[in-house]
Amino acid sequence: MHASDTAPDAVKILISGGFGVGKTTMVSSISEIAPLRTEETLTEASAGVDDLTGVEKKATTTVALDFGRITLTPDLVLYLFGTPGQQRFWFMWNDLAQGALGGVVMVDTRRLESSFAAIDFFEQRGIPFVVGANSFDGRQFYSAEQIRSALSLGPGIHVTIFDARDRSSCRDILLTLVEHVIATITASA
Amino acid sequence: MSRPEELQGFSASSGYGRLVRPFTLTGGRTQPVRNVFSLITLITAVEVSDGPDNRSLQPEHHRILRLCPRPIAVAEIAAHLDIPVSVTTIMLSDLLDAGRISARPPIQAYSGQSHKGQSYNGPEIALLQKVRDGLARL
Ligand SMILES: Nc1nc2c(ncn2[C@@H]2O[C@H](COP(=O)(O)OP(=O)(O)OP(=O)(O)O)[C@@H](O)[C@H]2O)c(=O)[nH]1
Ligand SMILES: [Mg+2]
Repeated sequence: MHASDTAPDAVKILISGGFGVGKTTMVSSISEIAPLRTEETLTEASAGVDDLTGVEKKATTTVALDFGRITLTPDLVLYLFGTPGQQRFWFMWNDLAQGALGGVVMVDTRRLESSFAAIDFFEQRGIPFVVGANSFDGRQFYSAEQIRSALSLGPGIHVTIFDARDRSSCRDILLTLVEHVIATITASA
Repeated sequence: MSRPEELQGFSASSGYGRLVRPFTLTGGRTQPVRNVFSLITLITAVEVSDGPDNRSLQPEHHRILRLCPRPIAVAEIAAHLDIPVSVTTIMLSDLLDAGRISARPPIQAYSGQSHKGQSYNGPEIALLQKVRDGLARL
């Protein structure tokens, strides 16, 4: 077991948002490895009981997540997990949420509603997050303030306009998130 | 190597043969023995000098060992093996029991209130500061 003494620390940040909002693009932009994809089998205890057997039905579903890695120092590795766009599965993602440093919720201002479920996910679990508005047409027609108010976000939530294809833009939004987490913890301590 | 009946799930169809394979790979267990294997638990193969007893290990166990001469996350192992995370963690339990790997779970020292009052179970502040400094250097 001696090897665990030398293994780095690992932390993770969740990259989420609606379908096609640019999650995989962001992971690719900043990861040091080509994004990897894995699958997890989730079991959902169904609300209904089967009439014939009296046995509770369980729905099993398989969700894919892609992820990347950033080695920050020799003894610290950051993993970024792009969470699936299918919002109906997110409440089952206990392992994904557990221990996450925080999240980036990506929004597309042409269809903000596709990221509502992701915002709910972080709010309900009390996981700190920042919002990144991807600029699909090369420019953003809304201000951060307009986006915040359209999403009913509190003044404490950072909204940043960024470009998921640009590495330094992705780095900056991660930095904003981590600074936000540190400030939140420091303020509540 | 493995007995033929243990291998039957491998050829199953499209995808992963999910219904069969987890069962055959894990001897029917559906839960890992320990819950140390989060997505980002880092796994490292342990050097064994005096000829280890490999009889209980299946080919997939050996594939895992080849992936982790240096620390690698559970999610990465699952992605490289192309099997679900849940199955990977059961096989990692076998390897841990056999003393063939070490596992470093993420530190989750900070457990406090987030800005909205819910509990937040994230890394401790010193670690967050290291993450911030590391990102700033990118
Ligand atoms: N113009 C522009 N296009 C982008 C940006 N980010 C992503 N795209 C494009 O938008 C499309 C979808 O991006 P993805 O990264 O696959 O989105 P995703 O959120 O991973 O999608 P799903 O996993 O299917 O939900 C791709 O064609 C990207 O090239 C951006 O910042 N600007
Ligand atoms: Mg994607």
